[in-house]
Amino acid sequence: MPADLEPLHAAGRASLYPDRIKITVGMATCGLAAGADAVYEALSQRIKQRELDAVLVGTGCIGFCQQEPLVDVRLPGQGRVIYTQMTRPRARALVDHLAQTGTLPVDRAWAVIDQEESLVEDRVERFSRLPELSGVPAYSQQPFFASQRKIVLRNCGFVDPASCEEYVARGGYRALAGVLSEMTPQQVIDEVTRSGLRGRGGGGFSAGRKWQVARDVPGETKYVICNGDEGDPGAYMDRTVLESDPHSVIEGVIIGAYAIGAHQGYAYVRDEYPLAVERLTNALAQAEAHGLLGENILGSGFNFRLDLVRGAGAFVCGEETAMISSIEGGSGEPRPKPPYPAVAGLWGRPTVINNVKTFSTVPVIMARGGDWYAAVGAPGNTGTVVFSLVGQIANTGLVEVPLGMTLNDLLEGIGGGSGNGRAIKAVQTGGPSGGCLPARLFDMRITYEEMTSAGSIMGSGGMVVLDESACMVDVARYFLDFTTVESCGKCTACREGTGHLRAILTRITQGQGTPDDLALMEEVGQAVKAGSLCGLGQTAPNPALSTLRYFRDEYEAHVIEHRCPAGKCPVGA
Amino acid sequence: MLPSQQYRQPDAGGVLAALHQVNMRYGYLPQDEVRQVAIELGVPLSQVFSAATFYASFSFTPVGRHKLQVCEGTACYVKGAPALMGHLQAELGVAPDQTTEDMTFTLKRVRCVGSCGLAPVVRVDNETFGRLTHSDLGIILDKYR
Repeated sequence: MPADLEPLHAAGRASLYPDRIKITVGMATCGLAAGADAVYEALSQRIKQRELDAVLVGTGCIGFCQQEPLVDVRLPGQGRVIYTQMTRPRARALVDHLAQTGTLPVDRAWAVIDQEESLVEDRVERFSRLPELSGVPAYSQQPFFASQRKIVLRNCGFVDPASCEEYVARGGYRALAGVLSEMTPQQVIDEVTRSGLRGRGGGGFSAGRKWQVARDVPGETKYVICNGDEGDPGAYMDRTVLESDPHSVIEGVIIGAYAIGAHQGYAYVRDEYPLAVERLTNALAQAEAHGLLGENILGSGFNFRLDLVRGAGAFVCGEETAMISSIEGGSGEPRPKPPYPAVAGLWGRPTVINNVKTFSTVPVIMARGGDWYAAVGAPGNTGTVVFSLVGQIANTGLVEVPLGMTLNDLLEGIGGGSGNGRAIKAVQTGGPSGGCLPARLFDMRITYEEMTSAGSIMGSGGMVVLDESACMVDVARYFLDFTTVESCGKCTACREGTGHLRAILTRITQGQGTPDDLALMEEVGQAVKAGSLCGLGQTAPNPALSTLRYFRDEYEAHVIEHRCPAGKCPVGA
Repeated sequence: MLPSQQYRQPDAGGVLAALHQVNMRYGYLPQDEVRQVAIELGVPLSQVFSAATFYASFSFTPVGRHKLQVCEGTACYVKGAPALMGHLQAELGVAPDQTTEDMTFTLKRVRCVGSCGLAPVVRVDNETFGRLTHSDLGIILDKYR
């Protein structure tokens, strides 16, 4: 353990595992939306009233949105017990039970976390549990968590995101200290390349190769940008990481900067995520205060500044060249590639842009080694991917699984099926750039290549589940409405074409479509793909084209029989 | 002095940060303030206006005391956001992007606030409400009236 980190580590252990009762409330945006703040308030009041010797803290999101608000209770030396669907009365009853008996109630105890893995330190800590809780499943055995492999989400829901100390106590900044004291930048890049890590924003480009390009371009001034402009509707992976474990992202960005030789970086976070902005701002200030950012980081002589840029509500800014325009001068219009940003990016300088999740993976790779990471997942598709599993699925939430898992295992095994008695018809991945995959393809494996060849994309991780009550034409119309509004207007094919596709889809859903419209849609879709500069336009027709490919019968029902099989569209009106 | 010399490169993210400041202070972008931003940053007014008109977060007209955003992300959409939006339009008597006569609410659609696990979701200012049904809306509105 580097000497600089020792005091932080000790302080973090003390607050993670206090010698008193510890009550933790999940307080990321989703927890708060389900009423976590009211639960927190009720707990706080009752603890005072009953004079219970307990610490009450907030944490980030453990990913099980379906059961929010979540409250964890840990007795000294024991495993954490997760209580689900908490309300104010249940919170008060929980404190009463603790005060009266000194033990934990079994009622609503959903799981016990009786072992905690510190991934970076390669250490598993085991805890005992009260005999009366012997019937409660272990966290690792609950189907929702059993086949997950948490690397990006390793600390989410386990640390207080406002505490740099707790991050360090789980091995945080240890990889950075090792990199700065023992490795050359080239060794860092080689390790990342060996890991096989690919861009988790959805592009899937080798992170190591991108870093190598930026390093090899001559020049003193280089930049690194962390892309937190997660705009896909139905996706909230980056929000969760930024809200629940901001230091993991900062540590990864610093390592990336060291590798390519950058001394200035920017974290671009979308405006719709005020809590992520707040928590990242706080974490940046802490990192500076502890000598982890700024001049002479950890005494290594390496200098690096990281500033936060808040977006202002433009989907296209998630595209890397648009993001650069937005940071440089205001409006976010994309530029042609090549030159790629790694060669000529921000102000024409070599710039590495990676997604939040890519950066947050990096410290683990540096600590455990590229070969360790490459052994997770599938060949060519190494490591894990984070999905937000939402829509018509029983267990909505944020899940992280090894690449190469089948869609079926994800949807049925972890997601628990639709949960409403209706069959799952399709999943929509990749947001407005992606497509809809039909149920008959659910035995396919989740890899960048298989997703693309099936007509969708891996994307950044949004996975919206659609059951039989969804109309696929209506879903396509929804996405084209989105891209029509969000097209920045620079390229004619995208600006006009997305509007045309929306108009065609709208008239089909209103019962005024003709069979010719289907061919027209394909023609316009191809033109938009071919005639657009950036990823937004190049992929905008995907939702229309993929639904046409797999659900042509639904389109035909609309245009020939003037009938909506799902009963969703006003075709007869 | 030539125009090109009067202007300097703005700091990274500088234009956006300045517009955010104005927006936070007034709730919208008064045109005089936008001109002031251009002067203070030393960047062309055209560039500042280009940015100010580009983003959904900015508006040139005054907005209500509370920003009422209905999430229309995919998960919210398939779980009933359009019905919530219709209900709110009827209740408030305004269309999206309009402000109620008493200047209490500005109704907005937002493409995703990332709380998809609790769809459908409505956000008022920075507070997010999830798993909503029609009957919840009145309680939420009353809280801010």
